Amino acid sequence: MNFSWMAWTPATAAFFGVIFALIASMAVWERLKPGGSPRVGLLRIETTRGDRLFISLLGAAFIHLAWLGLTDFSLWIATGISVLYGIAVFRWV
Amino acid sequence: MDKPWNNKAWWLVAPMLALVAFSAVIPLMTVVNYSVQDTFGNNQFFWAGLEWYEQVLSSERFREALLRNLLFSAIILAIEVPLGVFIALNMPKKGPGVSVCLVLMALPLLIPWNVVGTIWQVFGRNDIGLLGWSLKSLGVDYNYVSDPLDAWGTVIAMDVWHWTSLVVLLCYAGLVSIPDAYYQAAKIDGASRWAVFRHIQLPKMKRVLMIAVLLRFMDSFMIYTEPFVVTGGGPGNSTTFLSIDLVKMATGQFDLGPAAAMSLVYFLIILLLSWVFYTVMTNHDAQR
Repeated sequence: MNFSWMAWTPATAAFFGVIFALIASMAVWERLKPGGSPRVGLLRIETTRGDRLFISLLGAAFIHLAWLGLTDFSLWIATGISVLYGIAVFRWV
Repeated sequence: MDKPWNNKAWWLVAPMLALVAFSAVIPLMTVVNYSVQDTFGNNQFFWAGLEWYEQVLSSERFREALLRNLLFSAIILAIEVPLGVFIALNMPKKGPGVSVCLVLMALPLLIPWNVVGTIWQVFGRNDIGLLGWSLKSLGVDYNYVSDPLDAWGTVIAMDVWHWTSLVVLLCYAGLVSIPDAYYQAAKIDGASRWAVFRHIQLPKMKRVLMIAVLLRFMDSFMIYTEPFVVTGGGPGNSTTFLSIDLVKMATGQFDLGPAAAMSLVYFLIILLLSWVFYTVMTNHDAQR
């Protein structure tokens, strides 16, 4: 099969690799500890692990966009902030 | 049974996941790939990095189209949801009138988007259109081709005409599912019409209303065909919504890279707003 029409690049392949690895690790986590660990956190809404991953990824996307639109600094800083944000979401949301 | 869930049941959603992968995930991945590259056709791509994202985020044109879209969605939700609830409350629940009302309500939904646009384009013309000609005869200076306010009024009226029925039908489905015992209990308690609406009908309609709000928000935020047929995005850029701008960029100018970056930012905004709507409404429901 020829996938050249999808115009893959190493960067986008790595990006999707990370996303799929995260989803796969969530599946493993669910296997080890079923039920999704629902809880009510900082946002006062009930969230499962999947919800927290979604909030982390969506937030990370907007952190990167805001960083790109508002500053001229390296995007790696935004990635670092996103990782910290993700940890905070999994810890307190 | 030892446990209340069975993870093997996830295999039942595998066919749907495969379908979504082919119809949504793979195209989305391709758009991400396009958004960091430039192309001149012939399936040849050149690395552009984050240039298109920077271009989109600093673009005045994108910001204006986004604001127009948000304003449009806010206006049509503010009109269609209360109007839809009001019509649903006043529709007959029994008798031959039910079928007549349901057919009348379903009719606008059956008309294709481009036909709705064409109907309103002719309807609003002040030389041959019933609406335009009537307003002109009444001395109203109405011209959707040259006046941005008239163009907005026409596009909003068209959307309300086309889609309020969806809200009506969803709310009606919620209303007819309420058992008579609730109304009888309210009658015994001497509840007012408002109290019945506030404490029986509205809570029972909450779930369908949530679906109606979500569907109408997403649909209005992605609106393309109707305003494109009626106004073509004009006069000037006054009715150029994000989707119209996106199509102009992708197929008109063949700027696939910037169009891909713009569509991803557009997608993320829709995702965020839909999640906020969904979370706020379901959370409010759960708290009750």
